[in-house]
Amino acid sequence: MKEYRTINKIAGPLLFVEKTEPIGYGELVNIVLFDGSIKRGQVLDTSDELVVVQVFETTAGIGKDSGVRFTGETIKMPVGRDMLGRILSGGGKPIDGGPEIVPEKRLDITGAAINPWARGSPNEFIQTGISTIDGTNTLVRGQKLPIFSGAGLPHNTIALQIARQAKVLGAKEEFAVVFAAMGITKEEANYFMQDFERTGALERAVVFLNLADDPAVERIITPRLALTTAEYLAFDLGMHVLVILTDMTNYCEALRQIGAAREEVPGRRGYPGYMYTDLAGIYERAGIVKGKKGSITQFPILTMPGDDITHPIPDLTGYITEGQIVVSRELHRKGIYPPINVLPSLSRLMNLGIGAKHTREDHKKVSDQLYAAYAEGNDLRGLVAIVGKDALSERDRMFLEFADLFENRFVRQGYDEDRTITGTLDLGWELLATLPVEQLVRIDRELINKYHPKFRNVPKAT
Amino acid sequence: MEVKDKKTKEKGILKRIAGPVVTAVNLDAHMYDVVKVGNEELMGEVIKISGEDIIIQVYEDTSGIKPGEPVINTGLSLAAELGPGLLTSIYDGIQRPLSVLVDKMGDFIQRGVSAPGLSHEKKWTFKPVKKAGDKVEAGTIIGEVQETNIVHRIMIPPNAKPGTIKTIKNGDFTVDETVCVLEDGREFPMIQRWPVRVPRPVKEKKNPTIPLITGQRILDGLFPIAKGGTAAIPGPFGSGKTVTQQQLAKWSDAEIVVYIGCGERGNEMTEVLTEFPHLEDPKSGKPLMERTVLIANTSNMPVAAREASVYTGITIAEYFRDMGYDVSLMADSTSRWAEAMREISSRLEEMPGEEGYPAYLAARLSEFYERAGLVTTLNGQSGSVSVIGAVSPPGGDFSEPVTQGTLRIVKVFWALDAKLSQRRHFPAINWLNSYSLYLDSLHDWYDKEVSPEWNKIRSWAMEVLQKEAELQEIVQLVGSDALPEAEQVTIEVARMIREIFLQQNAYDAVDTFCDMKKQYDMMKTIRLYSELAYAAQAAGVSPAQINATKSKNDLPQIKFIKDYKPALEKIEKEMDAEFTALRSAA
Ligand SMILES: Nc1ncnc2c1ncn2[C@@H]1O[C@H](COP(=O)(O)OP(=O)(O)OP(=O)(O)O)[C@@H](O)[C@H]1O
Ligand SMILES: [Mg+2]
Repeated sequence: MKEYRTINKIAGPLLFVEKTEPIGYGELVNIVLFDGSIKRGQVLDTSDELVVVQVFETTAGIGKDSGVRFTGETIKMPVGRDMLGRILSGGGKPIDGGPEIVPEKRLDITGAAINPWARGSPNEFIQTGISTIDGTNTLVRGQKLPIFSGAGLPHNTIALQIARQAKVLGAKEEFAVVFAAMGITKEEANYFMQDFERTGALERAVVFLNLADDPAVERIITPRLALTTAEYLAFDLGMHVLVILTDMTNYCEALRQIGAAREEVPGRRGYPGYMYTDLAGIYERAGIVKGKKGSITQFPILTMPGDDITHPIPDLTGYITEGQIVVSRELHRKGIYPPINVLPSLSRLMNLGIGAKHTREDHKKVSDQLYAAYAEGNDLRGLVAIVGKDALSERDRMFLEFADLFENRFVRQGYDEDRTITGTLDLGWELLATLPVEQLVRIDRELINKYHPKFRNVPKAT
Repeated sequence: MEVKDKKTKEKGILKRIAGPVVTAVNLDAHMYDVVKVGNEELMGEVIKISGEDIIIQVYEDTSGIKPGEPVINTGLSLAAELGPGLLTSIYDGIQRPLSVLVDKMGDFIQRGVSAPGLSHEKKWTFKPVKKAGDKVEAGTIIGEVQETNIVHRIMIPPNAKPGTIKTIKNGDFTVDETVCVLEDGREFPMIQRWPVRVPRPVKEKKNPTIPLITGQRILDGLFPIAKGGTAAIPGPFGSGKTVTQQQLAKWSDAEIVVYIGCGERGNEMTEVLTEFPHLEDPKSGKPLMERTVLIANTSNMPVAAREASVYTGITIAEYFRDMGYDVSLMADSTSRWAEAMREISSRLEEMPGEEGYPAYLAARLSEFYERAGLVTTLNGQSGSVSVIGAVSPPGGDFSEPVTQGTLRIVKVFWALDAKLSQRRHFPAINWLNSYSLYLDSLHDWYDKEVSPEWNKIRSWAMEVLQKEAELQEIVQLVGSDALPEAEQVTIEVARMIREIFLQQNAYDAVDTFCDMKKQYDMMKTIRLYSELAYAAQAAGVSPAQINATKSKNDLPQIKFIKDYKPALEKIEKEMDAEFTALRSAA
């Protein structure tokens, strides 16, 4: 392989290399330092005169005297079954002291889009044991459902509880967890790792760690390595894979950094104009392929800068993912765990995974009614602050009380409390029964007669 | 029609590759020529000519392509293949059938594979409707193919000169085989090719006067779109753009539906693909899929093809319009299309306009929506294309360029509202901000086809909602009990309009579609309640007593009942009795 020593400019993570033979767009590049160590990069722009290389590690130590080798192929990732149980760096190198990965295949890390014609429809209900998810924002296999959180909120605890408890009822299939950390602190990483070890989940997990002090640009490839691994486990080995990506905010910062180095025209708040397309290239790598056994379910976690849901990172994410679980500072302050605010939360695939065939026939309507009643009660809180409780009508007072009840009974649950879906739905009915039955306008009479505690005459759920 | 060859084919070489935009030199090319890029012959289109440099957007991933590889100019424009086989198909942005791509390259989209839009092997039964000696001209229907339950009318291409039929065949043919020969020797197969960036010609554009009935109460009832009209549905993520568009694709009374998933989710297209074949058209009882053409260029498929997808879709829509059909086209989302333009434009290092969008954004938007319309086709029939575009404003802020550029053109604005969707008020269309500029031109239709009362009842409902908004401001300060008694009734009536009439659950088997008759009946009962309640209040009955009436409690159930008439009549009777009793007691 030919080695060039024609770097003429280094700007941020970018190298500008001159006088090369024709080089392919997107090729993997090895940069050889004076001490023989090698850094990796990728071709971003190629022409007769100049090749622009983006380096995935720090450019410390790279100089005009460094050698540049173009490998003639795009970035590939060695994958194999024995990756399970391994801990790798954000760049894909083992960091657990174990042996190199024995590759069964080498796959392009950008991944190819699943042909929509080949996609299977995600409709298998995943029970997470958390009422605000199962009951009102149901997750299904093959979905991408991010957690929108804020600095200092317990999103990691929630993610772990989901990873621990998530199951498809009645199914005994091979599953795996792929965990990709981008720019999180060592302490946060330990929190995850200890839980994985405590529960034995590590055996079924592949962990990629790019920590806060690792090079920021490496974060660009970390989620891609993780998803390439997930695709192999899911579509080659037939496993059901849960992918946790945290923290996508750090990923987007890295993307912005590269955009700035390339002197691109920035979009909103300095993030590149192609961030939607770039994020789609990550999030869309979830789903089911018809005729294949496995699936990829994604749980990206992001912290909203300034708790602002309209910030480009949560905004563009929400436009791509199939809903979002929003963690609320207000509920957290009230001491409620998990502090999930159902109002801005959403699962778009919910309707495919609930109902008589999957959970229970009343699921949709109960969920709608809980939402409507909680939203109404929540609104009234603002009014009460101004006019006082006494100025409320009888009806309004009932909704106000419902909102408190909802937060304290339905939302609040233990860190290890694994509720069944029937338990969650019955709990929903129990709370709705505190309202006059004619206020339950979202539910048809038939279901009310069958499930409403006042009418059904069956023992109450505990 | 054959897209004319502008010149002999040319071969150049690649000079630079930077993502989806590449530069070639030594190439004789015109704007929008289709070229084949690199050794793998990836499809691309010339989008800029600058000195020696020919700049090309490539419809496939360019990884691994090197400077020095060849570029071949086909001399053709990007064109859609039009003919039998379009219906029930699902295409990518450049009309490659996704099912064929799965056969050729597996479950994941690879590159370098071409696939024609129509099957060139399949035989269709062509029945002539013209005979030898008949005069034909551009647009003349010469025969028919029973494609699905839809009759596909075979036409003389729009730019052909007139002539006289020498022979016309009857029987089974591929789309390429000649079915009609004119006396001057010209031969016509069933297939036509039309450059997607050029609108297909019509005889005349007319003003729309008939609503596109969608079965969605807030749309048909309050903010209708006309057949041949344009509508925009902007809203933040998760507010209901896609669900509304899919509802329209399912239930609107168009004869043909073109649905473009432009830069959106793969799973949403799968949902359409799995669901539509099992749904029936409420009018014809035929599977909805049979009238549908899908275009799916999802967010992770190449951006240049995303840019093209909108043109491919509207060209197919116009083609069916030319047969005399009412076509409705949904584009979800036009913002992703605009972003594709922005991405390409920034790679061209063009001077950016507002928020980095190219300066020609507004022009492109209006050119696109102008392709909608109710028309007299070249063959003298009436046909229409209605266009409904979703807009995805960043942060849900409508002041951004795509929303604003769209609102300047379209006639109907369905403003989605995150506050409504968060409380699961669906469709989350804000009744105060939305509007339809077709109300006047559709007035007569509602008068005749629904009821002479309808237009009045609609204005009444809008007034109540408007009044409620004003009252709510006061309620926020002093509480509802402090309102004058008559206004407490108004609040209750408005609540009924919102919860009973406006809210409509797309996932309820019955409520998903509501015909105009039922819409009218529901609204009439709410107004009956209103009249009785005001009369009772005037007679001295207290708002608390009025609110406590039981008869209205069953009203929300009406929407879930298919054969609702008996139940509704019973409610009206009980209402009447209850209020009569209240009044006489007062
Ligand atoms: N008419 C409706 N009836 C019932 N539910 C609805 C309706 N409209 C929207 N929803 C609910 O809202 C969710 C989000 O709607 P949808 O996917 O259409 O949003 P969107 O505006 O297209 O978002 P995005 O911009 O992210 O694509 C749906 O999954 C569904 O749960
Ligand atoms: Mg959508």
